[in-house]
Amino acid sequence: MSSRRISYSQAINEALSEEMERDPSILMLGEDVAEPGGVFGVTKGLYQKFGGERVLDTPISEQALVGAALGASLLGVPTITEIMFSDFVTLAMDQLVNQAAKFHYMTGGRTSVPMLVRMVTGASGAASAQHSQSLEAWFTHTPGLKVVTASTPYEAKGLLKSAIRDPDPVLFFEHKLLYNGKGEVPEEDYTLPIGEGTVALEGSDVTIVAYLHMVPKSLKAAKILSAEGISVEVWNPRSLVPFDREGLRQTLKKTGRLVVVQEAPKRSGFGAEIAAIAAEECFDLIKGPIRRVGAANTPIPYAPVMENLVIPGVDDIVEAVRRTI
Amino acid sequence: MPNNNLSEYNAEFLVKLYRDMVLIRRFEERASELRNAGHIPGFLHPYIGQEAVAVGICAALGKNDFIASTHRGHGHILAQGGDPKNMYAELYARQDGYNKGKGGSLHLANVDLGIIGANGIVGGGIPLVVGAALAIKRANEADYPGSEKCKGGVSVVFFGDGASNEGSFHESLNLAALWKLPVIFVCENNLYGEFTAQDKHQTIKDIASRSSSYNMPGLIADGNDVLDAFHVMTTAVENAKKGSGPTLLECKTYRHRGHYEGDMAHYRPKEEVAFWMAKDPIENFGKRLIENSLMKEEELQTVEAEIEQVLQDAAKYAENSPHPEAKDALEHVFVETYGGRALL
Ligand SMILES: Cc1ncc(C[n+]2csc(CCOP(=O)(O)OP(=O)(O)O)c2C)c(N)n1
Repeated sequence: MSSRRISYSQAINEALSEEMERDPSILMLGEDVAEPGGVFGVTKGLYQKFGGERVLDTPISEQALVGAALGASLLGVPTITEIMFSDFVTLAMDQLVNQAAKFHYMTGGRTSVPMLVRMVTGASGAASAQHSQSLEAWFTHTPGLKVVTASTPYEAKGLLKSAIRDPDPVLFFEHKLLYNGKGEVPEEDYTLPIGEGTVALEGSDVTIVAYLHMVPKSLKAAKILSAEGISVEVWNPRSLVPFDREGLRQTLKKTGRLVVVQEAPKRSGFGAEIAAIAAEECFDLIKGPIRRVGAANTPIPYAPVMENLVIPGVDDIVEAVRRTI
Repeated sequence: MPNNNLSEYNAEFLVKLYRDMVLIRRFEERASELRNAGHIPGFLHPYIGQEAVAVGICAALGKNDFIASTHRGHGHILAQGGDPKNMYAELYARQDGYNKGKGGSLHLANVDLGIIGANGIVGGGIPLVVGAALAIKRANEADYPGSEKCKGGVSVVFFGDGASNEGSFHESLNLAALWKLPVIFVCENNLYGEFTAQDKHQTIKDIASRSSSYNMPGLIADGNDVLDAFHVMTTAVENAKKGSGPTLLECKTYRHRGHYEGDMAHYRPKEEVAFWMAKDPIENFGKRLIENSLMKEEELQTVEAEIEQVLQDAAKYAENSPHPEAKDALEHVFVETYGGRALL
């Protein structure tokens, strides 16, 4: 396979474009996604390519636009919806949690909801309390929704394609700080399976489980630790629902020590779920205390100096790893 | 254009309207009895008194048209062609229910019949029909597998006066108007949202007036007159199909019973109840049919007898339908299973 270096947002754009080309029934909806190409520029050119019938700018009406995406998906028109900042999904919660998540189940399997919702997530650029949150755990707590994350351009394109083709409602989390980062992406069409994690860095002493922007931070931490003689494995589950339990077991088989890292507030985050899975299912492999790294349990402050304290940094990860040994 | 003058319609059509209303009334009465007898585990919101709305509205619909319904949904679903057998089986929580016992009254659905579903969330179905109309629009523009099921259709949502205060109502009307989608928003104003009278939950009398904020027609029908509901709906459907966009259609009506089975509705003034009882949509339509020599008294009785039989059979069907197995609860969380495991 030949490849080239493109950015995470380009990778997403390519996935969207290729999938809409493949399937003429797919519609895209969102606020400023059409002519303007999205607040983060991720959907640039798609309106020009597919026209206003397929790439639709919506009013600022999150409930109606997510509900409309659901209604169209139910009738066999797969939809791709962008929530400009995942914080705004609160206004569409009924349609996601009470409607989309439950339709297939409530109808005894007689309907399906091939809808994808792209959620722009995470802290960046002093966006403060209502534009910076990491809300993925909420959705993992609602059976019927799949929750997928991407940490590199390669993952973004391959996972997004799978998510678009998936017959179930998928929430796809994209971290703002990753948009400009470049990486190798194959020229050819490919997909990555939802439900399989990946080893981002091989190691033997401690496993760090991380997703989204915590993957690059964990890789930096691993470098620092390697200078101290600690060999870190970084394992990225990629999707939170479904979660790759077997992948987690495999990495713990190698290391026996676990640090779980998330950007979301530590309390009741998905990291707690991962730690619990490890404790329940991999106790035979565990050699020391499981540590969690997460944001402080505060809203996200504006001042960069405060934001830095609240959001987990490389040093927090390094410290947590040291404390597991 | 049809109107609500009986002589404009053929007798067969009128008798069918009458029959469909009786079916709903008796279906609901029997459901209440079956629940009291312990056959139906969940709660029920009876549609009794509002039958002319469901029947009049759905009579104006055809193939490729879709409806979304509410917690008070049995009438809409029957009027759209729902089979009493599978509906009772669902209320009984059995395998042959439309939802295989996983939905119950609040979630009855059958997309193949154009029924996107009842809904347990007040106002929850309103955005869904905007999406259904988007699917119809896409199907009109392009061919793809399944597009034939939506081509040329319209989508319709039923909701109450209470739901017209939800954000979903306002967002959806705005969006449907903006995109000129083939949607008809049918508000059944039965003067109460749960136990709260309309004048205690909004400052307007005519919910249709809210259409002006969204630059769409706002029409009012007598929701106790099946022909008036049909007549007004026909105009709205024609407009939607020719690309003129959505309509807000308010049907003025009343529920005869409480909000749910068991609610004695003491919050309603006696005179008000008496006024509306005298406007019973079925009795009055039956009388008109007899006065106009379209049906004889005995024929009304025949309709009753036939429906009694249909519902007896339906209840028996439900009774004989197997219970789901407890382990079925773990299926259908996702379409996709991984290595045969339901992904929990
Ligand atoms: C979002 C939401 N809020 C409250 C309820 C509880 N509830 C169920 S039905 C109902 C009244 C709805 O009134 P209306 O829309 O007028 O419909 P009607 O019952 O008169 O048919 C309420 C408040 C609910 N199911 N969903």
